[in-house]
Amino acid sequence: MSLILTESTRPEAVESTEHVPGAAPRRRRFRPRLTVKLVVGVTIVAVIGLFAIFGPMVVQDPSAISDVGLQPPGDGHLLGTTQTGQDVFAQLAYASRGSLTIGVVVGVLTLLLSSLFGIVGAYAGGVTDELFNLFTNIALVIPGLPLVIIISSYVPNKSVWLIAVVLAITGWAGSARVIRGFTLSVRGRDYVLASKVAGERTWRVILVEILPNLLPLLASQFVFATVFAILGEAGLSFLGLGATNSFTWGTMLYYAQNGLALRLGAWWWFVPPGLMLAVFGAALSLINFSIDEAINPKLRSQTRSQRKSWRLSEAQLEDVKEDSL
Amino acid sequence: MKTLARRLGFYVVALWAAVSLNFLIPRLMPGNPVDIMLSKLAQHGPVTPATRQSIELLLGADSGEPLWKQYVEYLGQLLHGDLGISVSQYPTPVTTVIAQTLPWTIGLVGLATVVSFVLGVGLGTLAGWKRGSWLDSFIPVTTMFQSIPYFWLALILLYLFGSVWMISPLNGGYDVYDTMPGWNLPFIGSVISHGILPAATIVISSVGGWMLGMRNMMVSTLAEDYIVTAEAKGLRPGRVMRTYAARNAVLPSVAGFAISLGFVVAGSIVTESVFSYPGIGSALMGAVGSNDYALMQGIFLVITLSVLGANFVVDLLYAVIDPRTRQRG
Repeated sequence: MSLILTESTRPEAVESTEHVPGAAPRRRRFRPRLTVKLVVGVTIVAVIGLFAIFGPMVVQDPSAISDVGLQPPGDGHLLGTTQTGQDVFAQLAYASRGSLTIGVVVGVLTLLLSSLFGIVGAYAGGVTDELFNLFTNIALVIPGLPLVIIISSYVPNKSVWLIAVVLAITGWAGSARVIRGFTLSVRGRDYVLASKVAGERTWRVILVEILPNLLPLLASQFVFATVFAILGEAGLSFLGLGATNSFTWGTMLYYAQNGLALRLGAWWWFVPPGLMLAVFGAALSLINFSIDEAINPKLRSQTRSQRKSWRLSEAQLEDVKEDSL
Repeated sequence: MKTLARRLGFYVVALWAAVSLNFLIPRLMPGNPVDIMLSKLAQHGPVTPATRQSIELLLGADSGEPLWKQYVEYLGQLLHGDLGISVSQYPTPVTTVIAQTLPWTIGLVGLATVVSFVLGVGLGTLAGWKRGSWLDSFIPVTTMFQSIPYFWLALILLYLFGSVWMISPLNGGYDVYDTMPGWNLPFIGSVISHGILPAATIVISSVGGWMLGMRNMMVSTLAEDYIVTAEAKGLRPGRVMRTYAARNAVLPSVAGFAISLGFVVAGSIVTESVFSYPGIGSALMGAVGSNDYALMQGIFLVITLSVLGANFVVDLLYAVIDPRTRQRG
């Protein structure tokens, strides 16, 4: 549960990208290149997404108890059964839906909060910016998970929405800081000043002039927030503090751990939800890499046009590089 | 000096915010923690008026006193170091419980984080320096490890090393039956053998992030003109890598280290509950399980304070290693 330090999440890096795609004319809209990373990432996310949407419609009741407990994967039960004979595959379908819902909801909430504090503060400047920034930094240093644990321990019956709101409240600060850093650099550009001089209203300057330039950054922050939320919810549920009566990958792992799935060797019970978490998280970070590379061309191995202009093959380039070191 | 005063001012405000949050949460939440606490205390014997008042101040009660007055008295009580009495470990004061558990957490998680940081930054430097090498292509693999939920990785490693191969002990911080806590060899050995697996899981799951961040920064830094100059001067590659590129590229990672300290404490809660490690995270989970609100609030306060303190130290350090932050202020 550590911090993924991608290039775009660091203010220094963001400020150094002043003259890359963002500033280009309107028709050169942000479009990530179709790299292998992006295709693989999007495909996995789409497959899991479809599974979460349509899976629960076709599987049996995930809570139905039967007398075939701890049956390994095989006939009748695609992924075996739990200790009380519940179908693991059915649980997985419902859990995917639960986890993805949390991820998307928290992603949207986080994006709204962080844009509010990041963009508005940076654009307004002066005392507003100072206060917003102070608030962001304080929210950043107050540790999130302990706060979530404390809050959720006071509430006996928690809905999924409460968990989502709490995760959003504790998770918005980091991306607000990144967004603020980028907005600061956009704010001073000539065309923004020009639109101000032209008498455009503040909300129009923010929404029409500044926001489109922030889109790639916001997209990567949204993906980041979604990963953070899904992992955070899983951790919380695993500790037994998740939403009541909900199915997520985290609650599956919680019941597997409590049902001694590990000691009994029931791998089909605890491996699938963990694997789903890992694969989904990895797919989202692949998407994030592609967005990062689109924002910051320095991260690409080499641009093809550059290589062409040198009239060198990749092998020759390698030789040159070896010699130069 | 001005920058320093500014930073100090920020931490004072943050400290105040943390303390106030700690004051407000029990009062804003539904339910009545004071009644639960007092009825639990009453099971152990009569509750003295002093204890009662201390609990009421910590958790809030409908005593009719205005909120600001409660707040002032609450601050006064904190200044005396009184965090109330733990119910689950009656009659130990909350401060004692925290003092017993905190060293375990700092020792285990703190050490593992430093190891992970040093390892990740070192490997990231090499990967960025030799872009496209086998080490560089190894990076996506380590980031895969990052997407694996930490507790799941820990569970599986614990299962493999603890249950299947029996190399590592299954839980606890030391051998409770055969050793006595203190500065003796068997105890220290036992602590180390119990700590290796939890520490390894922390390093495995977090090293990828440092590596990736450092690698990307190295790549950006290597494109700078002064690196070309250094190479043109004919400096040895090792020197260019270490003193020219890595030294500048590491700055964001150091800043990230400060932020990640918050995640360290958060992570320690999960680590400790998987490995039943006797640290502050286990104490927090125990307090949550037994509705020990005073202990819970106390631990939250201590966690927040230690994160603030660690951030402050890294901030000071940052001003030393990056002179630009000093001049700007």
